[in-house]
Amino acid sequence: MIEVDKLTKHYGPVTAIRDVSFTVAPGEIVGFLGPNGAGKSTTMRVLACFMPASDGSARVAGFDVFRESMEVRRRIGYMPENVPLYNDMRVAPYLDFVAEAKGVPRSARKRRVAEVMDRCLIADVQNRLIRHLSKGYRQRVGLAQALVSDPAVLVLDEPTIGLDPTQIKEIRALIKSLGGEHTVILSTHILPEVAMVCSGVVIINRGSIVAQGPIDRLVEQFFPTARVEVEIAGPRAAVREGMRSIPGVVRVEESGDGSNGGGRFVVESARGRDVRGEIFQLAAQQKWNLLELRQVGMTLEEVFIRVVAGEEREGATPAGTDPAVATEVATR
Amino acid sequence: MRIWPIYKKELRLYFTTPLAWAILFVFMLVMGFFFNLYFNFFARLSMQSAMNPGMGRDLTVTEYVMRPLFSGFLSVILFLSLTPAITMRLIAEERRNGTLELLMTYPVSDGAIVLGKFLGALSLYAVMLAATLVYPAMIWYFTPLEWGALATLYLGLFVLGAAFMAVGLFVSSVTENQIIAALGTFMLLLILWAIGWGAENAGGAVGDILRDLSVSEHLDNFMKGVIESRDVVYFVLLSAVFLLLSLLSLQSRRWKG
Ligand SMILES: Nc1ncnc2c1ncn2[C@@H]1O[C@H](COP(=O)(O)OP(=O)(O)O)[C@@H](O)[C@H]1O
Ligand SMILES: [Mg+2]
Repeated sequence: MIEVDKLTKHYGPVTAIRDVSFTVAPGEIVGFLGPNGAGKSTTMRVLACFMPASDGSARVAGFDVFRESMEVRRRIGYMPENVPLYNDMRVAPYLDFVAEAKGVPRSARKRRVAEVMDRCLIADVQNRLIRHLSKGYRQRVGLAQALVSDPAVLVLDEPTIGLDPTQIKEIRALIKSLGGEHTVILSTHILPEVAMVCSGVVIINRGSIVAQGPIDRLVEQFFPTARVEVEIAGPRAAVREGMRSIPGVVRVEESGDGSNGGGRFVVESARGRDVRGEIFQLAAQQKWNLLELRQVGMTLEEVFIRVVAGEEREGATPAGTDPAVATEVATR
Repeated sequence: MRIWPIYKKELRLYFTTPLAWAILFVFMLVMGFFFNLYFNFFARLSMQSAMNPGMGRDLTVTEYVMRPLFSGFLSVILFLSLTPAITMRLIAEERRNGTLELLMTYPVSDGAIVLGKFLGALSLYAVMLAATLVYPAMIWYFTPLEWGALATLYLGLFVLGAAFMAVGLFVSSVTENQIIAALGTFMLLLILWAIGWGAENAGGAVGDILRDLSVSEHLDNFMKGVIESRDVVYFVLLSAVFLLLSLLSLQSRRWKG
């Protein structure tokens, strides 16, 4: 439904995104994840036909965003970052204007506006001036204007930014309910959000895509092994060797000192192979005290840290990216 | 082209906020004051001429009241300063608030945005002009009116307004600061108005060109009750040029860079 191919955008001397490519299948909700300044908004503005890319191409619903922009704009609902709205209009007339501008036929307009206000839980403020709405309501009005023409594709730029936890929950539930019916791409710099709302993820850092795919597959790809954290009080070298010789174990790493003169270890084994039982047997045989034995589930968060923070360590920092910000995000 | 929704939105924003009402209020207050001034002057003059048939001259209300009412120096200043009040927000405000970004992603062409906004501003201006019809109506109560001359005068004011709104729209499209949009519009209109004043000094071909470019020169004929096609063409062309410039300014966003 969305096909982005080698998209590049320069702002004067600044290259905001470079060779960005990804696809989103129909009905999917994809999270576009990256630290601030990574190029999320830039990509979304190109997708929404607000501005053209410097290079590369993007297709939405089969139409090119540059050459067939009108066709794309008919099929897309866009919610920009910070949700710009007409402060001097009231909610219902505003949505009616948007519906009319998007070509919703006159006969269907009233019904569509009412439906979308119900769905976005803003019917109770329909006669209020947008200027007087709280942040949470503004955000929902922003979502409503994106939805009012019932578009096939929704492009939502940081839809939960600046909301309180209850509001975030509501908006996430709302977005989640859009999947299947609509194809959604939403950008965020908040990790758990992606895991909660999205089925797939595209991770962007410093203008380039660093990882993409369904979340569980991505985790597998970056962490092909299962991990167990072990603390054993016993001679460290022997413990390490003993665990290393368990079939299926690919790596044993000492991760620190234990409490009773023992050591802490991370044991990696082939995915799907649970070695906890064998570790217990080993400790019992050798009469070592087994103090802790815990399976560690690898999450998207670790993937993110690996691809974003890892890159941060290796490379020089290019202009326009604040590594501190990336780290802050990565350690959330 | 989907002009209608944009046009309706602009009108709604003018009239649901105090803006249009404030502009109308100031405009009618000042015009009422001028009208009072010119009408009293006219009344005194016509009384004198009635007592001195030797003056041998017919005094017309169009010439002595309506024309100075709209083309007197102070009225010109009023038009030059109210135009920016009408147009400054048109695009600058949307650029600043970011609503332009959203609007430009709707399936509405840039041309429709420009025309919708232009027609919205022109409609407010037309309402202002229409409100001044109370003055000829009042005169009509006392003395017969020359309808032809009056209609010509209003036609002139309307095409003048169209050109002014287009200029204002353009300036509003190049900045996101409404104050700068207002000042810029005022300056540009002042230049267009006064450019003919240099004609005498320049003389020759340059003088002719300056005169041809000047708004005041072309308005003069309308005020005298004469419709010349070159004057109509001038204002229509001026409007078209600035509408086109507004369109280009809006579209520059969409150029590959
Ligand atoms: N209008 C602009 N002019 C110049 N540079 C910009 C502009 N918009 C964004 N950038 C730069 O492009 C990069 C990507 O920005 P953006 O797409 O907004 O990132 P994100 O949305 O992921 O935070 C940043 O380095 C930012 O400073
Ligand atoms: Mg952003």
